[in-house]
Amino acid sequence: MIELNQFLILSALLFSIGVIGIFLNRKNVIIILMSIEIILLSVNINLVSFSYFLGDLTGQIISLFVLTVAAAEAAIGLAILVIYNRNAGTIEIEKINSLKG
Amino acid sequence: MTASLLSFYIFSTVILLSSLMVITSKNPVHSVLFLILTFFNGAGLFIILHAEFLAMILIIVYVGAVAVLFLFVVMMLDFKISLDKNNILQYLPIGFFVGVVFISELIIVLINTKFDLSNIQILVNPMIKFENLTNTEAIGSILYTDYILYFQLSGIILLVAMIGSIVLTLRTREGVKRQSIQSQLDRNYKSTITMVDPKSNEGVDI
Repeated sequence: MIELNQFLILSALLFSIGVIGIFLNRKNVIIILMSIEIILLSVNINLVSFSYFLGDLTGQIISLFVLTVAAAEAAIGLAILVIYNRNAGTIEIEKINSLKG
Repeated sequence: MTASLLSFYIFSTVILLSSLMVITSKNPVHSVLFLILTFFNGAGLFIILHAEFLAMILIIVYVGAVAVLFLFVVMMLDFKISLDKNNILQYLPIGFFVGVVFISELIIVLINTKFDLSNIQILVNPMIKFENLTNTEAIGSILYTDYILYFQLSGIILLVAMIGSIVLTLRTREGVKRQSIQSQLDRNYKSTITMVDPKSNEGVDI
C-alpha cells in the first residue's frame, strides 16, 4: 500500500525542482512563472495526500482555493510580462535591472 | 505490488522528469508542453488519492486555461532564445547548493519521520460523514455552506485579477482611425462645402 511519506517525498522533490528552476533560470521570466506553478502543484499534492490519509475533506477545499489564487497569479504575472515586454523590449532577466537591485 | 502503487510510481516518475524538463529545456514552448504533462500526471496522482473532483479541476483549469495562457504569451512575445553557456554556469553553484541542501534536508526529515494519523480525533470535516456521497457532492456540500465566505472571497480575487490584467494590458493607440458618431452627426453642408465663383485664368484658392 502507498504510504503518506511517499507522497510527501514526491511533493518535496517537486517543490525543490521548482525552487531550483527559479534559481538556475536566467533567460526569461516565463520559466520562473512556470516554476511557481510547479511549486503550487507540489503544495496541492501535499494538501490532498494529507486529506486522504487523515480522512478529512478540508485539505481538498484548501487545495481548491490554492488553485484559484494560482490562476489569478498567473493571469496578473503574464499581463505584467506583456506590458514589460512592450515597454522595455525584452524579458531577459539579466536585462531587467531598472531597479538597480 | 498493487495497481495503485504501480501507478503511483509511474505518475511520480513522469511528473519529476517532466518538471525537470520544464526548467531545463531551451525552448519555452517545450517548457509549456512539459508543464501540461506535469499537470496531467498531477491529476493522476489526485485520482490515486480519491480526489476526483480536484483532478478534473486541475485538468480543466490548469491545462485548459493557465497552460494555454502561457502558450499564448510565449507565442505572441517574440523573444530570442539565447544560448549563452556562461551565464548559466554563473548561477549554477548557488543554485546547485540551495537545491541539494533543500532536497537532502526535506528527504532526511521525511524518511526519519513516521506520521501516525490513525488516532487523531479532531477532524473538521471527517470523510465518514460523507460516506454515501461522491467526492464532488461532498466538496459541494461543505464548500457552499461552511466555506461560503472563502468561496466568495476567491471569486473576488478572480474578479480583481481579471480587471487588473485588462487594465494593465489595455492601451489606446495613436493614429488609429475610429468612427466618431457625434462628429458625423454634427457635420452639415455649411461647414463642409464652400461655394466659390472662379474667374477665368486665375484659379481657385483652396
